Amino acid sequence: MDPSTDRIAHPWGGRTPYAPHEPWPVRVDTHLADGVRTGEVQRWVQAASLLHSDGDAMDIAVKDDRIVGVRGRAGDRVNHGRLGPKDLFGWQANASPDRLTRPLIRRQGRLVEVDWPTAMGAVVAQSKELLDEQGPGSIGFYTSGQLFLEEYYTLAVMARAGIGTNHLDGNTRLCTATAGEALKQSFGCDGQPGTYDDIDHADVIALFGHNIAETQPVQWMRMLDRLAGTEPPRLLCVDPRPTPVARAASIHLAPRSGTNVALLNALLHEIIRTGRTDPAFIAAHTVGYEELTENVKDCTPAWASSICDVPAARIGEAAELVGSAERLLSTVLQGVYQSHQATAAAVQINNLHLIRGMLGRPGAGVLQMNGQPTAQNTRECGANGDLPGFRNWENDEHVADLAEVWNVEPGSIPHYAPPTPAMQMFRYAEQGSIRMLWISGTNPAVSLPELSRMRSILAQDRLFVVTQDLFLTETAQLADVVLPAATWGEKTGTFTNADRTVHLSDKAVEPPGDSRPDLDIFLDYAARMGFRDKDGGPLVHWADPESAFEAWKHCSAGRPCDYTGLTYRQLRGSTGIQWPCNEQAPNGTARLYTHGITWAHPDVCESYGKDLITGAADSVVEYRSLNPDGKATIRPGEYLPPHEVPSEDYPFQLTTGRTLYHFHTRTKTGRVPQLNAAAPEVWVEISANDAVELRLDEGDLVEVATPRGAIRGRLRVTGIRPGLLFVPFHYGYWDTPGGYRPEADTTGRAANETTITDWDPVSKQPVFKTAAAKLTCIESSDGRVSPAPTTTASAPVEGSHLPPTSGGVPAHSTQEVDRETEVNG
Amino acid sequence: MNGIALILRVLRDGETELAEGLLATGQRHRAEHEIFHVSTDLAQWSREHAQRIAEAIEREDHARPEEASGPHSDLVPRSQNREPRPERACSQPALLLLRDLRDLHLGASANSLYWEMLAQAAQARTDTRLLSLVSACHPQTVRQMRWTNTMIKSLAPQLLTNL
Ligand code: SF4
Repeated sequence: MDPSTDRIAHPWGGRTPYAPHEPWPVRVDTHLADGVRTGEVQRWVQAASLLHSDGDAMDIAVKDDRIVGVRGRAGDRVNHGRLGPKDLFGWQANASPDRLTRPLIRRQGRLVEVDWPTAMGAVVAQSKELLDEQGPGSIGFYTSGQLFLEEYYTLAVMARAGIGTNHLDGNTRLCTATAGEALKQSFGCDGQPGTYDDIDHADVIALFGHNIAETQPVQWMRMLDRLAGTEPPRLLCVDPRPTPVARAASIHLAPRSGTNVALLNALLHEIIRTGRTDPAFIAAHTVGYEELTENVKDCTPAWASSICDVPAARIGEAAELVGSAERLLSTVLQGVYQSHQATAAAVQINNLHLIRGMLGRPGAGVLQMNGQPTAQNTRECGANGDLPGFRNWENDEHVADLAEVWNVEPGSIPHYAPPTPAMQMFRYAEQGSIRMLWISGTNPAVSLPELSRMRSILAQDRLFVVTQDLFLTETAQLADVVLPAATWGEKTGTFTNADRTVHLSDKAVEPPGDSRPDLDIFLDYAARMGFRDKDGGPLVHWADPESAFEAWKHCSAGRPCDYTGLTYRQLRGSTGIQWPCNEQAPNGTARLYTHGITWAHPDVCESYGKDLITGAADSVVEYRSLNPDGKATIRPGEYLPPHEVPSEDYPFQLTTGRTLYHFHTRTKTGRVPQLNAAAPEVWVEISANDAVELRLDEGDLVEVATPRGAIRGRLRVTGIRPGLLFVPFHYGYWDTPGGYRPEADTTGRAANETTITDWDPVSKQPVFKTAAAKLTCIESSDGRVSPAPTTTASAPVEGSHLPPTSGGVPAHSTQEVDRETEVNG
Repeated sequence: MNGIALILRVLRDGETELAEGLLATGQRHRAEHEIFHVSTDLAQWSREHAQRIAEAIEREDHARPEEASGPHSDLVPRSQNREPRPERACSQPALLLLRDLRDLHLGASANSLYWEMLAQAAQARTDTRLLSLVSACHPQTVRQMRWTNTMIKSLAPQLLTNL
């Protein structure tokens, strides 16, 4: 293996092939700032990646109190030393010259610098006034998927029991809400059943709407290494784009957008028809199998074929592949979660595993993935529209139990209605019933659908907007108060990845200027607001990350996400640890449900279930009679056509998504030279057929318009399914003259100018994948090429001879195979 | 007219009205995006129900032609009156939304009760065709009721305490 590689040109680095059931070899990836040699690093500080949900463990290199690079942690169970391109280069954003260093307040329409007491004083005065005038329902909190556990927990206590508001959600609503909801629907409780180690054992891996090569590159390296070894697994890829996964797959299905449920119902139909179920598992561990059989009775491949526009024979082959697997691993992400009928589809994937008995043993697992690094923490801490510790807001005993943990009256924790999801919070703000919105670590002015609507909501005079961030993001430019926050590497805390692995991330350097850790900001607010428990003591009685973690442990005790066996000391060890971790499982737990379903009993479950089509809540009485013994619930879902379909005016389907080199609204990654250069501008992907028909070429400047807005970008002709356009999301405006919006008289570049305001009624996750659009050519390429990378799903069709994406010397990183280190876990 | 034919007619009207009500509510509250999209989806169920009931009515009339033209009984009131109502009580859009959801809920509940009656009658007459019609449609009516109930439960606290 080449020890030094351009990791922009070769994002997944070199191969270390391995056979099934063998440990994945260790390969340590390192990138240090130009001119810094390993020997000059003064300190290595333990951390993990904050730029996707893998939780790649790494050490931060420090020299002269500056971050100068990163190195993968060889002994960690998640990445075995590897790092993805965002991990290798992303840290440089911390030192950007345009970091916020002082709080800002809007005065006469302009944001001006002030000190902390002034800024916090304004926030507190506004909060108190609103509480007096209008009550807790007038205040909402919208947080991130990128803070630490300690911060979410503090925020949850503050919002739920301090303010007493029902309006608290994370932007994990955009990426992970469906994963959590699907797990609750099937297993009665959130929590990833499987583990990344299942990749080492599976004989078939099915990736549903999951371009893992770009969203979790390190686990893709693991799959590539298995594919390069003996007895490689076979891959099923369901994705309308020619992703790297699709190229490596034995079977690639490219369904029409918005038809996942039809496709999955056909797969279930075939598996049942061919008798490839596991009747013993179904009888022992599930309820609802008959309803599923009934629901998919007529869902033949031929039926699905006309809906999905995929040949029936290929659907049959796919069913054969997953039906004949001995150890089936399925992974799911945005192609399902951000699409039409998100939860119904995700649940059908759980059903596939339940009826085949593919759960709870090595290689047989489901990974309902997360998009963001600490999405799992928003869910378990209750910062996302759940109660902390996966408690059920409809179960009075759970609320009473939480009230005891917090030493408050149960009545002071709002639980009269489900916690308000983000999209509904913005609707309340639009209507004027929410009058203060505190936005921490996220950028809705770029990431939410229908941006002109978002901008008009955030810009309202009657809405007091607080943002807490590293930079003057598009959202911060619309705020009334801006609080400068410290980030990864500048503060300490823990976070939990998509497979329940908890990592500690330590402070390596001081944050710039007066910026402060998010935890300190929340603690300051709690103190100034004087939140009290029922005995008059402070409600938020911790003072730093470690004491916040201890408080959380107390809250998690006896719950599925039990952290009681973990300590900061232990987490400063060689590897991350998977929850639950307690007395019974002191080394953590690799797989849930190894001996049956454990958290679905009516008395302990997190949710009594919802109608997969309407989102209507089932009652406890129904749940008890359906599932008295707490087995897994097989919930059928019928296919419904998407809400916006192509028409004469808008003949294309439009889908949007994340790509390899960038992350959430490019706030950090857009400030990293190697990553920014790899994909500096938005682009538009079209299929070769459509390009020929419309006489369009690589590099043509086109406009993509929907009834809500338009964007312009240069065209890339790829193997995407005909009739579909793809636009990478989260190119915003902070690095353009417009600042937070398209410049006057120009067309935008943020994909969400065009997306529809519509969400899955079950998980409340917005739909970013099924808009109808038209395409107009603005000017022909004149030899220019599209800025789309050639290394990823946006690779040009064969024979196009475009210059390959590369990073050159600045992107060179080392990779060393290490045969000595043993990986625990 | 026999009782079953009568209830079928009432239910056909009820389902037609509910379909219209769902669509109208969606249109009136387009900015309530979840209401708009889901009510439009659910209107489709009622439309299909009305269609299938109409087919059942035809079969019924065919089987008992002498009763088909019997007078409409007043014993069974029309399920809902969907004339647009004066807006006076509900000048606030938030209240209007709750009222519309309430109306939909009542409409669906009325339909559900008629389905119940039909189911009982179908059993008494051992009419398997009718029974299978009921078992195909009635669960969806119940789901419509649950949806309006859930939406009211989620929205009412915010809408009523922050007027
Ligand atoms: S980029 Fe968007 S979808 Fe991806 S993790 Fe961030 S918020 Fe979620």
